[in-house]
Amino acid sequence: MFCDKAHTLIKELDRNRDILPPYNNDLVNEIGKEITTLIEQNQIDAQTNETRNSEGVSLMPTIRVRHAAIHRNLRCILAYHYNRLNSLRTMRWEFGSILPVEIKVNLSTAESNWFAKYSSTLAKYMRSLGEDGGVNLAVDMKPPKALYIEVRCMVDYGRFELSDGSVLLLKKNSRHYLPRCECEELIRQGVFQHIVN
Amino acid sequence: MHLQSAYMPNYFAIDDILATQERTPCKFIVNVPTLGVKLNPSAEGDDIQVGTTLELPMWLVQQLGRGRQPVVSVDLPQMYKEAYREVLKADPRAVNLHKFGLYFYELGSYAKEFDNQREVNDILIHTFKGRFRKIMDLADNISSDSTAQDSLDVLERRLYTDGHRSRSKLNAWLVESGVPLEAANMVINHRKRKRVDIEDI
Repeated sequence: MFCDKAHTLIKELDRNRDILPPYNNDLVNEIGKEITTLIEQNQIDAQTNETRNSEGVSLMPTIRVRHAAIHRNLRCILAYHYNRLNSLRTMRWEFGSILPVEIKVNLSTAESNWFAKYSSTLAKYMRSLGEDGGVNLAVDMKPPKALYIEVRCMVDYGRFELSDGSVLLLKKNSRHYLPRCECEELIRQGVFQHIVN
Repeated sequence: MHLQSAYMPNYFAIDDILATQERTPCKFIVNVPTLGVKLNPSAEGDDIQVGTTLELPMWLVQQLGRGRQPVVSVDLPQMYKEAYREVLKADPRAVNLHKFGLYFYELGSYAKEFDNQREVNDILIHTFKGRFRKIMDLADNISSDSTAQDSLDVLERRLYTDGHRSRSKLNAWLVESGVPLEAANMVINHRKRKRVDIEDI
């Protein structure tokens, strides 16, 4: 059957809705080959169809079936890449500009390049905003209630320098009372946990 | 990973691609040379003869069943046929739609084009209307019953999870109105998976 590989590719993406599965280079290449073969066969048939039109056997239906298959393959491949890029873009906002190693190995070279480019474009844009030093758009995702918040450290993070120059040593399970703007990014990255009460 | 959802069926929607992969029976009304083996694994000759009945995926049927010179005449998938429609007409709430087909509404919206009496169209709307109240009820009231969504199809399941999430958000806000800062979704998921990896070793 046509397009079975493309279907496998899309199913793979569907099964892994909450993570980014490894880039399936083999399958993408095979689908590319399938498309090329289909196009070649169609060209040959289109030519023979014209020459032997008088015999009454039309190859037109065959060509239409293959044509539909080509389009389907294209759609699957494009959707695969598009959805991966979309989720990669979300990652820039959720993980920050440095991705964990486990995710990095799942990307293709083109995707890594795209991520780096997107990251730098975004950074450039954020620097260009406002008057001094730009605006970090990745913070203040939720309206603040107080200037200082209490946080628990979830991992052995090491030294962490605040913007006033003082240095904290962040150990696992230690509790801190910090300015909200200083720790928001670390909360997003899962280093801190916000203690509400 | 947030995938493009299908309810503006767009070109890149994963759900739409999967829905159009579902098969529907159709009958060939012209000869299709040389594709016998490709489309029909049990074929004897190279060609597909007039009158052969095959189950073809929706994406192919859409291209072949329409236009000035259709290649196939399309039959409705089983679950939109008379017998099933009667069941749905009687009481849509009693039906396990998940067993009917994963993409009941989506596939239906494509299948209805091949139904001349427009009955599929009506039954889709009737089914959704009948079941919507039940879904809303579930989303508002059940805290964590995993069996609750077993009888929903993909579209309903998405409505249920979305409704459920916003309901619990609203509840949390009503109770303490403070919004705690949280780690990003992807970060949480990533960490969950990592923990499993370590246990495996």
